[in-house]
Amino acid sequence: MLLKRLIVCLDVRDGKTTKGVRFKGNVDIGDPVEMAADYYRRGVDELVFYDITASAEYRGIMIDVVERVARRIFIPFSVGGGIGSVKDMRAVLLAGAEKVSVNSQAVENPAIIEEGASLFGNQCIVLGMDAKKDRTMPSGYRVVINGGRKETGLDALEWARQAESLGAGEIVLNSIDADGTRDGYEITLTRMISEAVGVPVVASGGAGRPEHLAEVLTEGKADAALIASMVHYGDYSPEEIKNYLSSRNVAVRRDPLPKQTE
Amino acid sequence: MNVGVVDYEAGNLRSVETALERVGADFQLSGDPDVLRKADRLIFPGVGEAASAVKVLKDRGLDELIRDFYASGKPMLGICLGSHIILERSEERDAECLGLLPGRAVRFPNQPGYKVPHMGWNRIVPAKPHHIFRNIPSGISMYFVHSFYPSPSSEEDVLAFSDYILDFPAAIGRDNLVATQFHPEKSGEWGLRILGNFLSWE
Repeated sequence: MLLKRLIVCLDVRDGKTTKGVRFKGNVDIGDPVEMAADYYRRGVDELVFYDITASAEYRGIMIDVVERVARRIFIPFSVGGGIGSVKDMRAVLLAGAEKVSVNSQAVENPAIIEEGASLFGNQCIVLGMDAKKDRTMPSGYRVVINGGRKETGLDALEWARQAESLGAGEIVLNSIDADGTRDGYEITLTRMISEAVGVPVVASGGAGRPEHLAEVLTEGKADAALIASMVHYGDYSPEEIKNYLSSRNVAVRRDPLPKQTE
Repeated sequence: MNVGVVDYEAGNLRSVETALERVGADFQLSGDPDVLRKADRLIFPGVGEAASAVKVLKDRGLDELIRDFYASGKPMLGICLGSHIILERSEERDAECLGLLPGRAVRFPNQPGYKVPHMGWNRIVPAKPHHIFRNIPSGISMYFVHSFYPSPSSEEDVLAFSDYILDFPAAIGRDNLVATQFHPEKSGEWGLRILGNFLSWE
């Protein structure tokens, strides 16, 4: 049976993670490569790097981070933020990322999904989508961009379907209303989108406790749950979260690391 | 050169490279049959669509290379699409494949509540002992991304199963040939162990 995925998101600014605190031992605080290696060892199924670099001069640093991460972790990871062209996509994929994620850029230029999918395959193209409750929209949710600061005329459900038909292989669905609350994911929104599309949906925004992940992976019909501060600040470890999910009969990967043999 | 990695423009080979570096393989990526012919063992990865992949292989004489390699008895490993092209056909646009093993790649049936592609981690259960599963416990998870799966005509050629909608072959092979539907290069430390096992397989 296909297992539910636990995905950890790292925000990277100018080559440093912005939430790197509370790590003990030999993990270099704020170094995305060391944090990625640590999460890899702790059984996280996939990683997302979100580049929030402000200025263009630091863009090259992100490619360097991706290359170094690729040599340390042997699970899929995606890179988003600032991907505005197929040239940008190619650069991060060749550096070793498994997928690229487009958000505001895809709203402004939906063709980028189609171009990316035809060049690199649907499985490489992730649509990141920020949605906000809005009763005036047909589905009840409106697509917003630029981190929620700018409204678009798009209906969330309609946009998800359109992105799938353009070739997006996965949707990371972030609820702007739930984001940062730590009160749990937006179950209604997640379930609606997940049931409407044929590609996997990753729930994002609102995770504060392991119960929230169990809820969105069952009732919310999400294929994966994305977390960040829950683990970055040391409140929970990935192992604890997976043990909890397993106790709630959510099937997750809990394989022990192999013992070093000959 | 110890390991030849067939580059036939079927997807990004970066993760195969980094994984082979990690397990200490002496390898070379090439699309040139004359270069690859000298290798002691061969890996043919690949994501994408069977018909175009087979066309590229044929255009470059790589289909002959793969056939000759199989006949030579040297170890070879197909990954993902590599487990489809060795069969006779793929249902994906009804592509004719290389036919090293009898059988075809078939699409997952439609089933409410199940998305296709099958993407993510799933457990594999070996069907018979094989060197590439040495020190791999039954039920370890591997990473999959695919809509079609290999279905050899002979049950004897199935090396491991996984289950999604139905029990499907997750690894197949015969003689000096093995092929995994999953991606060992993206399947964590256990996946690396499978790659390591391939390197020590005689």
